[in-house]
Amino acid sequence: MAGSNPNAKPMNLTLNVWRQPNRSTEGKMVEYKVKDISPEMSFLEMLDVLNEDLLHAGTDPVAFDHDCREGICGSCDLFINGRSHGPEKGTTTCQLHMRKFSDGDTITIEPWRANAFPVNKDLSVDRSAFDRIIQAGGYVSVNTGGVPDGNEIAIPKDIADRAFEAATCIGCGACVAACKNASAMLFVSAKVSQLALLPQGKPERKTRVENMIEQMDKEGFGACSNIGSCAAECPVGISLENIAILNREYISAKATSNNLA
Amino acid sequence: MSWITKTLTSSIGRKIIMSVTGLFLCSFLVIHLVGNLQLFKHDGGAAFNAYSHFMGTNPIIRTIEWVLVLGFGFHIYEAFALTRRNKAARGHGYAQWKAEQNSEWTSRNMGILGTIILIFLIVHLYNFFWRARFAGDLPKMGGVDLETADYDNLYLAVVSSFHIWWYVLLYVAAQISLGYHLWHGFRSGFQTLGLNHRKYMPLIKYAGYVFAVVVSAGFASMPLYFFLFTNERGDVVSNAPAFIQSVASAF
Repeated sequence: MAGSNPNAKPMNLTLNVWRQPNRSTEGKMVEYKVKDISPEMSFLEMLDVLNEDLLHAGTDPVAFDHDCREGICGSCDLFINGRSHGPEKGTTTCQLHMRKFSDGDTITIEPWRANAFPVNKDLSVDRSAFDRIIQAGGYVSVNTGGVPDGNEIAIPKDIADRAFEAATCIGCGACVAACKNASAMLFVSAKVSQLALLPQGKPERKTRVENMIEQMDKEGFGACSNIGSCAAECPVGISLENIAILNREYISAKATSNNLA
Repeated sequence: MSWITKTLTSSIGRKIIMSVTGLFLCSFLVIHLVGNLQLFKHDGGAAFNAYSHFMGTNPIIRTIEWVLVLGFGFHIYEAFALTRRNKAARGHGYAQWKAEQNSEWTSRNMGILGTIILIFLIVHLYNFFWRARFAGDLPKMGGVDLETADYDNLYLAVVSSFHIWWYVLLYVAAQISLGYHLWHGFRSGFQTLGLNHRKYMPLIKYAGYVFAVVVSAGFASMPLYFFLFTNERGDVVSNAPAFIQSVASAF
């Protein structure tokens, strides 16, 4: 026996999982049972158990995105019981543990839903729309030359901290998945405000926000209506203040840039 | 497409139009509410009718009226345009969706609340604005004062409308919707314009809550007051609570 903690007992669960063979075929929810799940397992390990069972039964395992399993890379992307990354606040799916569930629970697992994130297979979605937004301007161009002195560019501590907070975005897409409008503005705003705050981002400040918003709209994401689901579901706690900064950056760039197109 | 149309039709551009028109309409609500408080003055509608005559005939007010029409027009048009874009952004919905665990109901249902307000607005405009401005079928004030005798007695039209139960019900339902709409909309307007600062956002947020409650309760008090406590000429009935009697007699 595993001590007096009732949660430490192995659990039997019912899973409702979205199965879709490929992009062009319509999928459906399929029910699976998993047995003897340890509460100490992560959510992805529980899915590994399911896939092992499916392989033994000669069935196609469930495809899902994952990489580091340490909450850093932003690869895992499951919509669990109606929430991005499941019920726990401030975690990615890989950092969600089965102790958050109880024996006999039914868990619904779906892919991120947004037209800009097409489903590749089962629970795995294509988030290259985010890459294209970053390519449109989410970078700083650095010319080669002599190595600058370490403290040549002075950045006040509070500015550095705020830029860093925005830079913690791991690009997982939980914001888009949780948003009623499937809007990507929290993601875009994190990148825009990070670079707008720092002196290195100044030279491309106006074109960056113009191009990134243009690309964001082209990808078919919705528009923000300040609901706040995104920030509430963000595993790294990117705040809504960034969207205000994004709007400010966009308005001032559009009003003052030399771009007439 | 020029940079202006491109900006104003981008997702952020449309949001900015929403917020600018929304905050402008908030200023209209204040003026409309303050003006209408004259309904409570116990003078048989003299002050209210003089005020509405001024509002309906003054050339400056009549010009600004067009700005108001445009404000409503753009706010409604952009609401439809944004809703279409946002609905299209998620073609396939979720089997399970627990948005109530991460956000407020009002902020997710601005469209429904706005639609209720729009229905109200059409009825409201038809009944008072259209009849006063275009139909011209309102009763006249009459009386000995030659200057005011020819004024429309809009007061009487308002008071008698507020004795129709379904009309009162529609008004109160619309004001509750307006209250929830403003609960989210006021703060949201500032956020969209980029006016979010950690020092001032808490103030804007609570000012928005107070604004929403005061405006919607203020407007809703008018139909309720006339329906519950006055006769069809606007005189306080004798069985109204003593508190209402004493407040009414003070004006």
